Amino acid sequence: MEDLVSIHNMTFSRGERKIYEDISLRIPKGKTTAIMGPSGIGKTTLLRLIGGQLRPDEGDIRFKGESIPGMTRKRLFEVRREMSMLFQSGALFTEMTVFDNVAFPIREHTTLSEELIRILVLMKLQAVGLRGAAQMMPSELSGGMARRAALARAIALDPELIMYDEPFAGQDPISMGVVVKLIKELNDALNLTSIVVSHDVGEVLSIADYVYVLADKRVVGEGTPEQIKEHESELVQQFLQGKADGPVRFHYPSRSMQEQLLEAN
Amino acid sequence: MEWFAGIGRSTMGMAAGLGRAAYLLFGSLVARPQPLKNFPLTIRQIYVVGVQSLLIIIVSGAFIGMVLALQAYTVLVDYGAEQSLGPMVALSLLRELGPVVTALLFAGRAGSALTAEIGLMKATEQLSSLEMMAVDPLRRVIAPRLWAGIISMPLLALIFSTVGILGGHAVGVDWLGVDSGSYWSVMQAAVDFNDDVMNGVIKSVVFAFVVTWIAVFKGYDAVPTSEGIGQATTQTVVYSSLAVLGLDFVLTALMFGTH
Amino acid sequence: MNSRKIEILVGLFVALAVAALLMLALKVADKGFSGNGETYELKAKFDNVGGLKERSPVKVGGVVVGRVGSIKLDEDDFTPVVTLVISEEYDQFPTTSSVSILTSGLLGEQYVGLQPGFLLDENDILKPGQFIEDTKSALVLEDLIGQFLFSRNND
Repeated sequence: MEDLVSIHNMTFSRGERKIYEDISLRIPKGKTTAIMGPSGIGKTTLLRLIGGQLRPDEGDIRFKGESIPGMTRKRLFEVRREMSMLFQSGALFTEMTVFDNVAFPIREHTTLSEELIRILVLMKLQAVGLRGAAQMMPSELSGGMARRAALARAIALDPELIMYDEPFAGQDPISMGVVVKLIKELNDALNLTSIVVSHDVGEVLSIADYVYVLADKRVVGEGTPEQIKEHESELVQQFLQGKADGPVRFHYPSRSMQEQLLEAN
Repeated sequence: MEWFAGIGRSTMGMAAGLGRAAYLLFGSLVARPQPLKNFPLTIRQIYVVGVQSLLIIIVSGAFIGMVLALQAYTVLVDYGAEQSLGPMVALSLLRELGPVVTALLFAGRAGSALTAEIGLMKATEQLSSLEMMAVDPLRRVIAPRLWAGIISMPLLALIFSTVGILGGHAVGVDWLGVDSGSYWSVMQAAVDFNDDVMNGVIKSVVFAFVVTWIAVFKGYDAVPTSEGIGQATTQTVVYSSLAVLGLDFVLTALMFGTH
Repeated sequence: MNSRKIEILVGLFVALAVAALLMLALKVADKGFSGNGETYELKAKFDNVGGLKERSPVKVGGVVVGRVGSIKLDEDDFTPVVTLVISEEYDQFPTTSSVSILTSGLLGEQYVGLQPGFLLDENDILKPGQFIEDTKSALVLEDLIGQFLFSRNND
């Protein structure tokens, strides 16, 4: 199967701290690929690397076979029109209505008439169930609605790739269910390629075609949801089952307690 | 040794900051200008930074003109030179107080708001999101705000000086009894359009550029947390006030120092 | 806030600033005179210009008719030459006119007072660039005091 995005032996560090060491990933076209891992592992960083907002120290990231770090700024901006990202906070523009937010990328990148834009925007809002909220301001929306509005904006230009950054974080069960349904439906209906970054195990496993588990700067497990559930790695099992102690220690690394208590005297 | 390392570290940090600030300026004003597309955005920002600062500028201008007239009168009347009140008030306002006080008020009112707004856009990932939509935030967010600041502040300074001169008239003529005719005519004899009015405008354009640049840069460069934005806002007011006062001395020396 | 309203308010703001500039130009700096107005030049030699400065007014009977353009030293006889920039409206001063450097009030600014002479002949009108012969220098306070003391000693 053809890969839309592929990462080859990439190393990335922020200042002194290494975030990724020699990792490789493949995102097949038309599928939903999930990237899971504990908080603070740099999952959002990975999406920014794919979007070209950050550059890897070593290795390569390819979009349709073309190297993203090697692109000129102009070419990168062209390529970005084919991808889209749903930020964790939604990142709606606070000074515009929901309608204008969704219309924003269309107005920026096309010369369509306002009449046509109106139809397109209403269609996108219909798809996420927010047509009735078109004239509301982002501050009036609930967290779940804001994320759906942002999703409508993300699909406004019919991209090939959507990257979801923690789409389930901080959502109540109902809006979580709505988002899960939307991601699934959009992926099937528009034949999108999706990358979902999340640590909500249940939801991710229900929509993903393929799962990567990241921990400790590298890929610790990969496979279809069924394979991942049966994975032999202790780390993967600890993560999936949410055990408090395991390869990732409950205690932050320190000296032994006995030693520290005695020292006080 | 640690002490020298500290100096080296902060020097390198400053150089890197200056580099980022220069890059921001270049990216938003110089490279690939799109004036037609940006014009409506700039109008909107002139409303935010200019029109919304109008009230504080008018009120402060009136009071400063009134205080100037009152103070100058008590000194001048001892020498029987109260007809020099007009030029005293007008020249202080046009050459110094108009541009400088407007810039300081602008830094506090509009500059801090710009920093906070851009910082918040960064913290809520709006800037990243623009970039992912293949829209350059420098062109789309920063450039209109820079232009709006550079255009608005000289206009505000002109209004400030005019209101101040009228405030001086109110106190000097209507209250203290200086002759209205001599207030204006002695002022007219002493004030030159190019030397005094236009030099004040030039000062104001320079201050506008510096204050707005600091404000947008501090917002764009802010650490995207609530603490970071708070700190950046404070820095905007402190740095731009110091820059205005320092530059004012340099500009005054260049413009009026050689006579 | 819709964009139409914003445009109107920004327009009003700019108009207000332009009005301020006009007021500064016309009412405060009196641009009408020192700048673009049609002018011509007259010259006058003085023994001493005192505290006269460039841009000091030139008055006829208290009416401002022009300004001092420049003050330079004549290279031959080392006397100050004052160039007077006079408005084109007032171009009928006779050659017999006199100029003197006067002070408004005890400590006020110094200005040039022009006293028009009698018109003897139709052609005896000051032409641009011409020198006014009859000049009276500025009063210098130290000279006055010196004269006063000197005359007392003689008593």
